[in-house]
This record gives sequence, structure tokens and C-alpha cells, in this order.
Amino acid sequence: MTDILIAAIFQENLALAYFLGICTFLAISERVETAFGLGLAIIAVQTITVPVNALVLNGVLVEGAWRWAGLPEVDLGYLRLVAFIGVIAAIVQVLEMTLDRFFPRLYVALGSFLPLITVNCAVLGGSLFMAERQYSVSEAAVYGFGSGLGWALAIVSFAAIRERLRYSDMPAGMRGLASAFLVTGLLSLGFSAFARVPL
Amino acid sequence: MPKGLSRITAPLIGQNPITRQILGVCSALAVTTGLDTALMMSAALTSVLCLSSAIISLLRNHIPHVIRLIVQITIIASLVIVIDELMQAFAFELSRALSVFVGLIVTNCLVLGRAEAFAMRNPVGPSILDALGNGLGYSLILILVGSIRELLGQGSLLGVVVLVPVADGGWFEPLGLMQLAPAAFIIIGLLVWAIRSYWTDQAETTAQATPGEQVAR
Repeated sequence: MTDILIAAIFQENLALAYFLGICTFLAISERVETAFGLGLAIIAVQTITVPVNALVLNGVLVEGAWRWAGLPEVDLGYLRLVAFIGVIAAIVQVLEMTLDRFFPRLYVALGSFLPLITVNCAVLGGSLFMAERQYSVSEAAVYGFGSGLGWALAIVSFAAIRERLRYSDMPAGMRGLASAFLVTGLLSLGFSAFARVPL
Repeated sequence: MPKGLSRITAPLIGQNPITRQILGVCSALAVTTGLDTALMMSAALTSVLCLSSAIISLLRNHIPHVIRLIVQITIIASLVIVIDELMQAFAFELSRALSVFVGLIVTNCLVLGRAEAFAMRNPVGPSILDALGNGLGYSLILILVGSIRELLGQGSLLGVVVLVPVADGGWFEPLGLMQLAPAAFIIIGLLVWAIRSYWTDQAETTAQATPGEQVAR
């Protein structure tokens, strides 16, 4: 369990090792504050969606899941993309309504990011990796939390660097996107050093 | 028809989805360790993009505005499933190498972005041309980055040895870093820098708003 958690945060960091959610990563990292909010939203969504998708996968989609209904040879595995996206969209919607009802301040802080998360590939990617590696439901919960935390860590540190970068004197063509890519590359190099750390 | 032609040529460099609009960057970085995976991914994405734009454009007057995102995602997801199954049937090795990234075409912001920004508002013909142009612009960057990473990382292109490595008696020392994640970021960064230095109108004059933010809003 701990090795899944540590690996998900550092070695297999969704943003820096698997390039997932990079569009959002580059677009919403101008300020640490907003990056932090988005990071929290991703942690929350990942921690819920990955285990729920694991339940859906093992209970409905996997070959033999319909044995109790007398259909042992039914394999709905090919439906997993549609199922996962549906689950993610539904959970984000429910999360948004729950936050609005019970935690209005948090909702104001996170509100505008939540719809973006539905089409963030880090969230779908997390569920697809869970399916590919055949995690159990509890492992999936740990993996979801860890991968969300890793993504949040990456975007917050990137935003912190980027705030400082605004005042640096760069060649005109390098301003903005090009420098963002180069900094992300260096950050990713830093994170990949964790791959050598024995667990 | 010059207008139709410009729909295809504009996204190649001037409005390139990756280096200018910052759409679909995730997969562009992940699948470019070799030229073969980059080509496969380009083909898959371009075909999904064209088909989804055509279908969404055909249905655009029948999709209720409130649930349009869900309808669009469902259409895209169905197309991706078809492509994924085809790939597993006819190119199993490559589909293993692409792992989850074929599935992630569903959430590729390029596909949804073009559907939302263009196909929902235009007839079928222009929508397909726009999709084709954007798909080709995306492919161009993927193929470029894929060739650089495979050439410098393994000394080969499409598996054919171009630069003979030291291990086989040649002179070329393969750069292991090129096969790792950081190299992808750095190469695309340098590429964006090169493009914006040559076509200076693309450079960001102020450090405040990046095009990505405008897209995200």
C-alpha cells in the first residue's frame, strides 16, 4: 500500500512522468493560489473517482461479472471508456452540488475548476492506469489519493517557479509557453530522480 | 477553393494546435519516444477528429445546448472505442506501446475544443476541413518530436538504424535522456521557442496572458 502511494506521488507522477493534464497544468499555473485550489480539487476528485471506477470495473465490466445473471461469457470491457467518463462527469457534478450546499466557501474557491476537471486527462488517466494495473478497490483508493497529491504537488511547485519567472529577462520568443515547457522539463528531471530511491 | 485550403493550412504553423493553442499537449509528449508510436497516434487522433467533427456538425441543430458537452463526449468516446478496438486487432504491438494514451483521446482537449469551437457552429464540409487541418498540425509536431527523440535516443528512425551506435562499432553514443519524460518537455519548449523566434508575430509580448489561458476561459 505505501509503495503504491509513494510511487504514485513521485516516480509515477501523473503530470511529470506521464504528461497527463498538462494542458490545464500549463494554463492554470500563473499564480500559486489558484494552482493550490485546482490541486485540492484534483485530489478530491481522484480520491473518489478511481475507487468508484474500480468498483464499476470489477462489478459490471470485467469478464464474468454477469455470471450471477447466467451470462458468464459476457465481457463489457470495451465499454470502460464510456463508463469511466460517465462516472467522472457524474461525480464531479455531485461534488459540485455537495460543496455548494455544505461548504460554500470551498465551493467559491474551487467552483470554476470543477467543470474543467471532467475533461482533464489526469483524472481519466488515473482510472485507466488503475484498470491496466488491475488494482483492487482499496489499492485504487490509495492510488487515486497518491496520484492526485502528486499532481497537486507538481502544479503548486510549478506555479511558484512561474511567479518568479515573470520578472526575468528572456528572449521574446521564449516568453510564456516556451519557458513554461522548459521549466516543466527541468521539474520533471528533478522528480525522475526519485525513481532511483529504494522504497 | 482558397478559403477551404486556408482552413487546412492555417493550423499547420500559424494556428498550430500544440504550439499556439496549447491543445492536446498531453498525448503529444507521451507518445513521442519513437517515430512509429508518433505516427500511429497521429493517424488515430486525426481520424477521430475528422469523424467526430463530421458527426457533431451533422447533429449540431439537434443537440440541446444544455447537455451538448455530454453528447459530444459520448460521440467522441464511441469513436475512440472503435479506433482502440481496430488498433488492438491489427496493430497489437503498437497499441501495447501506446497503452492508455489511445483511450485518452477522449479527453484530448484538441478534439473537444474543435468540436465546441468549430463543428457546433459550421456546416459539415468546413468542419471536416478544419478538423483535418488541426489533425495535420498536431501530427506535424508529433512526427517532428518523435523523429528527434528516436534519432538522438536510439540512433534509428522507424527502427531502421541511421546513426550506428558505439555498441555496434559505430561512433554514435545514444542519449538515454531523450527516451525519458523530461526530454519531451524540453524539445517541445525549444521547438516553440524556434517557431516564435522565426514567426515573431506569435511571440507573447507581455508576460501576463498566455493563449492557453484564453482558451481555458
